[in-house]
Amino acid sequence: MKRIFRSSETYLLLVIVAFSAVIACINPNFLTLENGFDLLKSYSFMGIMAAGVLVVLISGGMDMSFAAVATVAEYVMALVATRLGGNILSSFLIASAIGAALGLVNAVLVYRFRIPTVIATIATMNVFYGVLIMVTGGKWIYTLPDWFRSFAGINVLSLDGPNGSTYGLSIVTVVWIAVIILSSFILRHTVVGRGVYAMGGCGSDRGPVERAGFDVRGIHLFIYAYMGFLAGVAGVVQALLVQTVAPNSIVGKELSVIAAVILGGASIAGGTGSVAGTVLGVALIAIMNNGLTLMRIPSYWYDVLVGGVIIISVVINALQARRKHRKVIEIERSKA
Amino acid sequence: MNTEAVAGRSLRATRKWGELATLGTILVFTFALMWCLNPERFMRTSNIQSMAFQLPELGLLSLAMMVTMVAGGINLSIVSTANLAGIAAALVMQSGQSSPAASVALALLAAIAVSALIGFANGLLIAFVEVPAILATLGMMTLLNGISIVLTRGYVISGFPDGFKFIGNGLVAGVPMPILVFIAAAAAVALLLARTAFGFELYMVGTNPVATQYAGVDNRKVLLKTYVLSGVLCGLAAVIMISRFNSAKSDYGASYLLVTVLAAVLGGTSVYGGFGKVSGLVLSLVILQLLSSGLNLLQANAFLTRAIWGAVLVLVMVVNGILARDGGKS
Repeated sequence: MKRIFRSSETYLLLVIVAFSAVIACINPNFLTLENGFDLLKSYSFMGIMAAGVLVVLISGGMDMSFAAVATVAEYVMALVATRLGGNILSSFLIASAIGAALGLVNAVLVYRFRIPTVIATIATMNVFYGVLIMVTGGKWIYTLPDWFRSFAGINVLSLDGPNGSTYGLSIVTVVWIAVIILSSFILRHTVVGRGVYAMGGCGSDRGPVERAGFDVRGIHLFIYAYMGFLAGVAGVVQALLVQTVAPNSIVGKELSVIAAVILGGASIAGGTGSVAGTVLGVALIAIMNNGLTLMRIPSYWYDVLVGGVIIISVVINALQARRKHRKVIEIERSKA
Repeated sequence: MNTEAVAGRSLRATRKWGELATLGTILVFTFALMWCLNPERFMRTSNIQSMAFQLPELGLLSLAMMVTMVAGGINLSIVSTANLAGIAAALVMQSGQSSPAASVALALLAAIAVSALIGFANGLLIAFVEVPAILATLGMMTLLNGISIVLTRGYVISGFPDGFKFIGNGLVAGVPMPILVFIAAAAAVALLLARTAFGFELYMVGTNPVATQYAGVDNRKVLLKTYVLSGVLCGLAAVIMISRFNSAKSDYGASYLLVTVLAAVLGGTSVYGGFGKVSGLVLSLVILQLLSSGLNLLQANAFLTRAIWGAVLVLVMVVNGILARDGGKS
């Protein structure tokens, strides 16, 4: 019981409930199934990338290149789909394979050459994105194949709206849910997942993790390849949602995805964070954004609100950490 | 003296000179390559002048990033600080002062005051509330961005007095004004880091905050000053930026943010804190500028430049990593 009250997920859930109550009072449309399904669909892109960022953050690392990786994967996937054809499965395969391969480049730089993760990924971000734009000339792709278009419209669960329209649980959301289940399973129930936590818990020191019997190289390869794989999946999802491929539509969103993961309780220092928290972090961002629209607050207030929420939440976290630290000191003193 | 200390010192020496030597070599190589590729145009006065106009914005922002990295932190809010400071200056000039001179003076004051205040707020969060720097400045970045958008509604504020435009576009004896501002700022920061008690304490806090605390240094004051300094440097960058564009907007220079980290690290600043010198940063900025101007003359895609910047960074990190490993072995 105490654990439930102490966990950051609980606080986050309370904040989300409070926010939702306020929004629902002002505009009852917020609490409709239709709006809920819509949010689940449009934020699946962010949610999928957030799951990958979570894994990287838990390991004590940082990835700035995932948006560039997602863009490259999305663009190549779209080129293949329009020029050579294929189907939705091949599209996902191509994009996730490209993403994983680019992620492995990061892993090699971080593991083999011991370049700090932030730096390695800032460098590769510039390389991946720069080369993509140079080769493609930054052209947008407007006409995606019909099978791609129709797949995006599939609803797994269809309901009829009051005015004859249909809405429901989009197939895109199902992809997100699959990613959530997969990430959660890997982090909680596999050796590699526990190794990710172990690495984060030991800071940048590999020694203890190695002595505990973990394959540090394998874990590094997994972390960044998995981030890249999810970036690739997210790239396809973005293309499904928007139905055009613009090379500049994803890059620049790195920090807002990272912010969502941190709001969800993951620590920059590594070692902590959960998939459930990350989903709540994304939900908070989504609800704030959606709420502003529904409350008819001009959209230019959005950043002020999000920035304020981030600062308040990190301040609360810091104050809590300090209080905990003081308690430890007091206990040690009373023992002495 | 024990052998470990000696080994440590020689390792530090190879690290220091190794890095500057690597950078110097790359600089000479880049320069030669770009000159060979553009034999006629590269060394023309016009090209050198245009490089001197372009470098200072990124240069000042990189200085702002570097000082916080030396302290073991990071400042993700540099670009948004610069934009808000620029908007403040622009609003002052729009408000219609009696004389242009007063308007320019007030605008400069506004830019510096706003940026110092933001730096102070960052410093309070990081030093006194003990929020990790990356989180505090990430939140600050979003918040400042929001305030800038609210103030301008996303539009451009343009049209400044000639005196103000001179700061970003004027020439003093053939030397562009922005590079003079940058040289003055870089020299001031270099002196501050290398010759003052504050500079010494800054490196100490970045290397080992706990030991520094026990050595009787007030870490919190040092960090607070560092973030105010970082803010003021952003304010200077803002003045040059809006003067060059002759306008202020909420999202100018957004792509600079991660490039400043790239420039600082390329110049030998450590992301773990405690290391980093202005001389290394200046070398790395010149390398980046030579690459971008040279490629520009070749009519290469601007994104090729970005790709090459990234590749150079990887190369330097890999070479330094190998040098450090060999130095450690011998």
